[in-house]
Amino acid sequence: MFDILVSMFSYSYGIRAIVVGILVALCASLLGVSLILKKYAMVGDGLSHVGFGSLAIATALNVAPLEVSLPIMIVVAFILLKISENSKIKGDSAIALISTSALAIGVVVISVTSGMNIDVYNYMFGSILAISQSDMILCIILSVIVITLFILFYNRIFAVTFDENSAKAMGVRTNYYNMLIAILTAVTIVIGMKLMGALLISGLLIFPALSSMRVFKKFKSVVISSAIISIACVFIGIYLSFAFNNLATGACIVCVNLVVFFVCWLVAFIKQKVELNKRKKQVVLENKQE
Amino acid sequence: MSLINCKNLTVAYEGKTVLSNLNFEIEKGWRVFVIGENGSGKTTLMQTMLGLKKPLEGKIIYGDGLKHNDIGYLPQQREIKKDFPASVYEVVLSGRLNKCGLFYTKKDKQAALESMAKLDILDLKNNSFKDLSGGQQQRVLLARALCATNKILMLDEPLTGLDSKTSAYLSSLLLDLNTKHEITLIIISHNFESTMNLSTHILHLNDNQVFFGTTKDYKKTTYYKLMGGK
Repeated sequence: MFDILVSMFSYSYGIRAIVVGILVALCASLLGVSLILKKYAMVGDGLSHVGFGSLAIATALNVAPLEVSLPIMIVVAFILLKISENSKIKGDSAIALISTSALAIGVVVISVTSGMNIDVYNYMFGSILAISQSDMILCIILSVIVITLFILFYNRIFAVTFDENSAKAMGVRTNYYNMLIAILTAVTIVIGMKLMGALLISGLLIFPALSSMRVFKKFKSVVISSAIISIACVFIGIYLSFAFNNLATGACIVCVNLVVFFVCWLVAFIKQKVELNKRKKQVVLENKQE
Repeated sequence: MSLINCKNLTVAYEGKTVLSNLNFEIEKGWRVFVIGENGSGKTTLMQTMLGLKKPLEGKIIYGDGLKHNDIGYLPQQREIKKDFPASVYEVVLSGRLNKCGLFYTKKDKQAALESMAKLDILDLKNNSFKDLSGGQQQRVLLARALCATNKILMLDEPLTGLDSKTSAYLSSLLLDLNTKHEITLIIISHNFESTMNLSTHILHLNDNQVFFGTTKDYKKTTYYKLMGGK
């Protein structure tokens, strides 16, 4: 196992994958907590499908995929949020509409141009080989922006997530912060798309936060623990992907997350049982004393 | 000058007028209870007074040095995510958002602790919000609202869904806040009995303003008898 780790770090693409992986994991887990609690999980999923569509179009036009996807995704994030706030069209069905359309357009564009090849497969399910030097630099810059904004507006993001109306009553511009969450999510999806795959990156947004919510009960501990869980899962996932001959990286990372989720669920389940038993014993003791 | 003055106010919910031609003034130290049937627009009125919704017509004038961010608000219970992972302290502290910059200062943390002390929930400080009982959650949210203000609280059905003992306890806390700490209260309520016991003034709504005045005067009206008063 140690040998594999050493050889992973001896390749420059291995190092790039680890750097990008850790940064994306951090961004995704921070945002994931708010996305889930605000019931925006589907916005993340919809965005990632749109990401695939824009990647396909960029590849067909032979332009830099991430740089082209970024503005498209930010615009789509804006639209998705506006749609989900509009009560006339139900948000979730509108998102399903957009995400399947983007996926279909992407597939059509690919079929017409390059055809289904290994690049397309990588875009869908992720690869450690896919990340170039310039991708890594873009990722570092954008993730620093995402993390900084999250920390700066942490208190406001908490308030908007917990109770939007009260936050608004206190003069917080809730629209801006909803938009901020959506845009940061779009940026995170763009920088993570090559490593995680467009179809699997929403797993990175959702799983770590859900896992840590099983075990932790405070907002700050949920945020911190989901960051730790997320980074650990990405690291193990990349290791597995490397060890098993470049197995789809996104799939490996999501599978590791799934295992962690089950462990967290089990821990929470056992904890609950133990507490229940304790309480029962206490009641029995109190009854005896009486 | 009155604390809040509503002039010819018309409020709307999703574009439809629910209440029109409201005229009333609320003075410092009053306990105003807003009553009326379900769907009569009580919550919409409160949200308009808070600035969450724009009035369709008319004006809301804040006086007596009251500013927009001086109001503490307790929303209806069904708007609150009851399974939210947050500690009691985190929730209460978020009431200080209107006063602080990007981060909470020592003063904000002190204010949060003080308002928790006023509502007797200091011992719950590190507990998780989602593990609390309904009455405890209500007190936590009241502490959060209290953090935001030392002038006026707007409470949307604070006693609904609580058992009679908890409800009585919370009522006495509210009375304390008003008498000892001079906090003006505007409360939407469905509980007629507690309304009559606690209020100094009544605002009765039904499509428009049916009654606004002191509780004493309200008891002389026919509405009072219609609502089941003796």
